[in-house]
Parts: sequence; structure tokens; C-alpha cells
Amino acid sequence: MVKSIHEGMQGPHGPKPKKSLSARNIVLYGFLLVAAFYWLLPLYVMIVTSLKGLPEVRMGNIFSPPMEITFEPWIKAWDTACTGLYCEGLKVGFWNSVKILIPSTVISIAIASVNGYALSFWRFKGSEIFFTILLFGAFIPYQVMLYPLVIILRELGLFSSLGGVVLIHCIFGMPILTLLFRNYFASVPEELFKAARVDGAGFWRIFAQIMLPMSLPIFVVAIILQVTGIWNDFLFGIIYSGTTNFPMTVQLNNIVNTTQGVKEYNVNMAATLLTGALPLVVYFISGKLFVRGIAAGAVKG
Amino acid sequence: MSGEKVSGEKLHGEKLDGEKLDGEKLDEEKVSSDSVTSVAINDLSLSFGSVEVLKSLNLEVEQGEFIVLLGPSGCGKSTLLNCIAGLLDVTAGQIFINGINVTWEEPKDRGIGMVFQSYALYPQMSVEKNLSFGLKVAGLPKQQIEERVQRAAGILQIESLLKRKPAALSGGQRQRVAIGRALVRDVDVFLFDEPLSNLDAKLRTDLRVELKRLHQRLGNTMIYVTHDQIEALTLADRIAIMKDGLIQQLDTPHAIYNQPSNRFVAGFIGSPGMNFIDGVLEQKSDRWVFNAGDITIPLTDYAFLQNPQSGQPVEIGIRPEHMFVGDAAQGQAVVFSCEADLVEPMGADTVLWTTIAGNSLTIRTDSESTVKAGDSIDVGINPNRALLFTATGERL
Ligand SMILES: Nc1ncnc2c1ncn2[C@@H]1O[C@H](COP(=O)(O)OP(=O)(O)OP(=O)(O)O)[C@@H](O)[C@H]1O
Ligand SMILES: [Mg+2]
Repeated sequence: MVKSIHEGMQGPHGPKPKKSLSARNIVLYGFLLVAAFYWLLPLYVMIVTSLKGLPEVRMGNIFSPPMEITFEPWIKAWDTACTGLYCEGLKVGFWNSVKILIPSTVISIAIASVNGYALSFWRFKGSEIFFTILLFGAFIPYQVMLYPLVIILRELGLFSSLGGVVLIHCIFGMPILTLLFRNYFASVPEELFKAARVDGAGFWRIFAQIMLPMSLPIFVVAIILQVTGIWNDFLFGIIYSGTTNFPMTVQLNNIVNTTQGVKEYNVNMAATLLTGALPLVVYFISGKLFVRGIAAGAVKG
Repeated sequence: MSGEKVSGEKLHGEKLDGEKLDGEKLDEEKVSSDSVTSVAINDLSLSFGSVEVLKSLNLEVEQGEFIVLLGPSGCGKSTLLNCIAGLLDVTAGQIFINGINVTWEEPKDRGIGMVFQSYALYPQMSVEKNLSFGLKVAGLPKQQIEERVQRAAGILQIESLLKRKPAALSGGQRQRVAIGRALVRDVDVFLFDEPLSNLDAKLRTDLRVELKRLHQRLGNTMIYVTHDQIEALTLADRIAIMKDGLIQQLDTPHAIYNQPSNRFVAGFIGSPGMNFIDGVLEQKSDRWVFNAGDITIPLTDYAFLQNPQSGQPVEIGIRPEHMFVGDAAQGQAVVFSCEADLVEPMGADTVLWTTIAGNSLTIRTDSESTVKAGDSIDVGINPNRALLFTATGERL
């Protein structure tokens, strides 16, 4: 009986067969490949150039792979490239950037997460107005505020210091980060917060023991935003940090735009790649988490 | 736990000395009455901006009583519960729990436990941690925490789930854990905000029975918000019917069903709802009758709550189960014939829809009834079970 039913099966049955490449897919993938190739081309040129010796660069075949691979330009970019009077390479800028990046990221995210949490759950009188002002702040072009901030920092005695740039990064990161965290926490059911209150937990305990453990994705998003944003910053670095504290981006500019001597394209390429390495690595490592975090905020908020 | 009546002061003192649940002492304001009510709400008002949600609301709940707050969506049930829990600041009025004025107290200091519709379990904590969180916050010794968690888990039969995260539980299990979280805190008053409404019908019935057992076993005061009439009627010692931030009637389920104090309560309770027919009251010799078109209903034994006036416009309310068709109709005091518009089989019984004097009415009949839509039927009314309402909706 059962057997006969099996033998008599017609039409679709069992696992769905995998689709073979259709014409539509070929066009689609073809387009994607071309687009990817187009965007990757400059990167390719940079990499091959940075691995060539100066004589080979002068031959002008920018697309040809290096005939003789050399890491000399990389070492020079890192260690001995000249920016104006100093010839200490990019490493000075790298460490300056690290010194700016870590405190700025940690402080701004710490404050913004508490802000977002407070704005979502502990509404105080005027919290809506506060939030509106903050939102407004996110859309003001910050060039407008450059000079007033110079004066403020000078009065605070922080102008031309690491502390000054860190403060500036924290201030300018605040609106968007607070918005990010507020929207995330707004998606957390209010009943969870109420339950914790009935259980006797206060402001900090609810934040640390209930909210923090469940907001990892949004912290990842915030970290990525801040790390890439602060690392890539040029404007604040050149204005507020002072010559001894120039971040990597400013130093890169100084190396590339040096007017003395010959243009060492290979060193410039290597220096640029070194400067861009950190954001690239961050994206590659955390791309998936980033998308997940953004999606978590977007769907629920 | 608090089965026998203890004075509020004593109860409170015990909690402080014996268990050190609260870190700080409350300033104790006693109410003047002798027998301490479990929860007393005096002239409570609450507004969100210009929207007045609770309007000078009064409610007294006895020790160990199971009170159900029932009302249409948006009438302020959750708001009232949140006020009792201390999760919302009241605009005016007072709240007493066990005779202590808690109007300004923090939720944790009120001796209440709350269970939410969405369970609100801490997602990153295991069931055990969920249960013990409140106790840890209160700074109880480890061993005592352990004991209480085990006890609550035993009562709710969730011992085997203690190590799991909430995500790995079914809806019913989650709600059990949520109840457990209130249970471990050893509170006097339980507040439930639609705890069963996220569950499927079968589970809801099961947990409803369990809740009733739990109440019988613990004897705590319970205040329970629901949309579900069956839940209200089966669980409650007394039901408070709410509308627009006011309690319309607070009474036993029997009284709410049979002696509703106004048209709103009458229409709200019962499914299908009470039938209403517009008409006028008339006095014939010394008998009162209700007239609507060609229908006359004698009100021989009607117990008027107010002085009736002849010619007064009224509405008569008759429950679908007090209207009869077929043979049963013949014995009734009022019989008229009409047409069945619609037939709805509901399983245990069948509901007929018909139109009388321009009013759409429902009649509950036996499920064996053979009436089909379009059939002409004789409808009998038992006027002794009918209720009269004035034009303003009050009981007459
Ligand atoms: N935070 C708030 N701000 C403004 N209005 C609110 C707020 N919370 C509730 N309300 C309003 O208060 C009224 C009562 O709300 P509440 O949540 O108490 O209703 P409910 O009786 O619990 O309804 P439901 O049965 O749907 O849960 C509603 O009209 C609602 O719109
Ligand atoms: Mg509600």
C-alpha cells in the first residue's frame, strides 16, 4: 500500500533542486564582478606601486605587477619618511592617533550609552527638549564651530594638546552616538525596565546588569563608527592637537605633500595604505556584526 | 502568609527585622481604621500632560482578596496597576498598602510583586538568575536566596528549567518564571497585568486554574488586570469594572453579572452581550409595562431601584440566555414571532440573531437547535430576568 503510493508520486517531491545559472544570474553576477573590479583597481595600483622600487615606478607602467618585490618603501614610510624637518616616518603619527583614538572612543561611547539609556527610560523634565537639541546638534556642520571651540579650548588650557582633541571628538560624537543608543534602548520593552525597578534595581544596576548585556550589537556599531571616524579625522587633528600630536592622517598629508626632493610614489602609496589599514581591518573583522547591530536597531526601533 | 489579619505595623515590622528585605526604614503612617485593608486607594488621579487617565479613583482591597480589574482597552487598568506598583508618579491622591502610606515609596519598598503581559524576563540571565535578581539586589544571604528560589521553583514546577535562558522556554514556561520572580520576593500583594493574554487558549485555561490554586495556597492579595471576561469571572473574588479611568462597579462576579449597576457594566459583561431594546415605561392601572413598538413586556415583579415615571424613555436589557425559542418559548410571559437572521454555532450552544422592533438581538439556544437562517421563530422572554436602564444609562 505504502509502496504503491511512493511509486505513484508525481510532480515536485523531496528536496527542492538547486537552481542552475540562469541568464539573469549571469548578467547580475557579471555586473557585480565588473563593479567590484572597477572599485578595486585603485587599491591594486596602490599595492603594486608600493612594492616597486623607485626606478621601476618611473617606468610608468602603473598596472604592471612589480618585477622585483621590495618592502623598502613600507619600511621607509613607517620609519624614516620626512615631514618637513623631521624624518621619523609615520610611526609618530600612528602612536598619536592611537593616543587620541582610545580615550575618545571609550569616553564618548561610555557617556553616550548612559545618555541614550537615561533618555529612553528615565524621562526627566525637559528630556524631550534635551533630545531635540541633541538631534539638532547632529546636523550642524561643524566647520561653523571650529573657531569658537579654539577659543574655548584656549581658555580651558587644552588647546594644542591631546586632551583637547579627545574632548572635541567626544563632543562631536555625542549627538549621533546618543541617538544611536537611544533608539536601541527605545526598542527594549519598557516592561523589562519596570520589572527591574520592582526588583529593586536602581539607575546604574539596571544599566550595568540588564541593559549592557543585551546591547552588545549596538556597542559594536558605536565602536566601529567612532574608530573609523576618529582615525580618519583630519580637520580636528590639524587644528586642535598641536604640531607634536598630529595624528596619522595629518602626518600622511605632510609626507605626501612634501615639496623637497623627488616624489617617492612608492613610499607615498605605502604610507597611505598604512594609514588606511586600521579602518579596513575593522570593517573586515566586524562587517557582519555591524550589519547585525544596525539591523537590530532599525527593525525594532 | 498573611492569611490571618495582622496589623499593618506588625506585618511591616516582621518584614524589616526578620528578612531585611528593605535596606531602609519606611516612615510609618498608619491609617486610622482598625482592620487594615491590603490595598487602599484614595481619590487617585493621574494625568499624562493634559490627558486625565485616572479620575479620583477609590478602591479598597481586603487581605487575601483576588480582585480583577476588567475594562475596555485604554480605560486605565495598566495605569492604575503601575500607580499601585510605584512605577508612575500619581498626580493626586494616596495609596496605602497594608495600612502604610506608600504614595511616595519606591516600587521595591511597597511589598508588591508584579507580573507583566510580555513576561519581561531578563534575556541574558538564566531562569535561576532571573528569580534571584531581586533578592540579590536586596542583599539577602546566599543560602536564603537559594532556599527561596528552590521553593518558588517547586511551587511552579520549573525546577528542571532553572539553568536555561528565557529564549529557550515556551510561553507558558516563561510566564511561570515571571510569576516565580514575584513569588520569591515574598510579597503581600501580587499585581498581574494581563499575564495570560500572550498564551494560546488551552494554556491560558491551564494557567488560569493554576493561578487560582496558587492564590488558595498562598492567600496573598492579588490584583489582576485582564481583557478576558471568563478569566475575570472565574478568578475573582470581586471584579472592578473600569471605564474612562473610573470604577463603574466593584462587586462579586455573581452580582456583576446579574445585578449590573449601569448599562455599561451590563453591556460589557457577557458574551454575546446583553440585548437592549429602546422603549418607554408606562403605568397601566398599578402595573408597570415596557413598550417598544408592538412589543409590550409586563414588569410585574420588577424591583425598581429608583422611582419610575410613566412615559419615561428607558432601555430594557435582556441577556441572550434569558430569551427562548421553540417549545421553551411557549411558557414565557412574553412571546412574539420573528425571523432568524443568522445562526452561529458556538459549540456548547448556538446563537441566533434576530431583529425585534428595529433592535438586533441575540438568543442563546441549545446546540441541538435546528433553526436555520430565514426560519420564522417564536421568541419568549422571561421578564423577571430583565433589567431597566434610564436614558442616562443608570439602573432603574
Ligand atoms: N505614557 C503615556 N503618555 C500618554 N498617555 C498615556 C501613556 N500611557 C498610557 N496613556 C494613555 O492612558 C490611557 C490608559 O492607558 P492604559 O495603558 O492604562 O490602558 P489599559 O486599560 O491598560 O488598556 P489595555 O487593556 O489596552 O492594556 C490610554 O488612553 C493611553 O493612551
Ligand atoms: Mg494595559
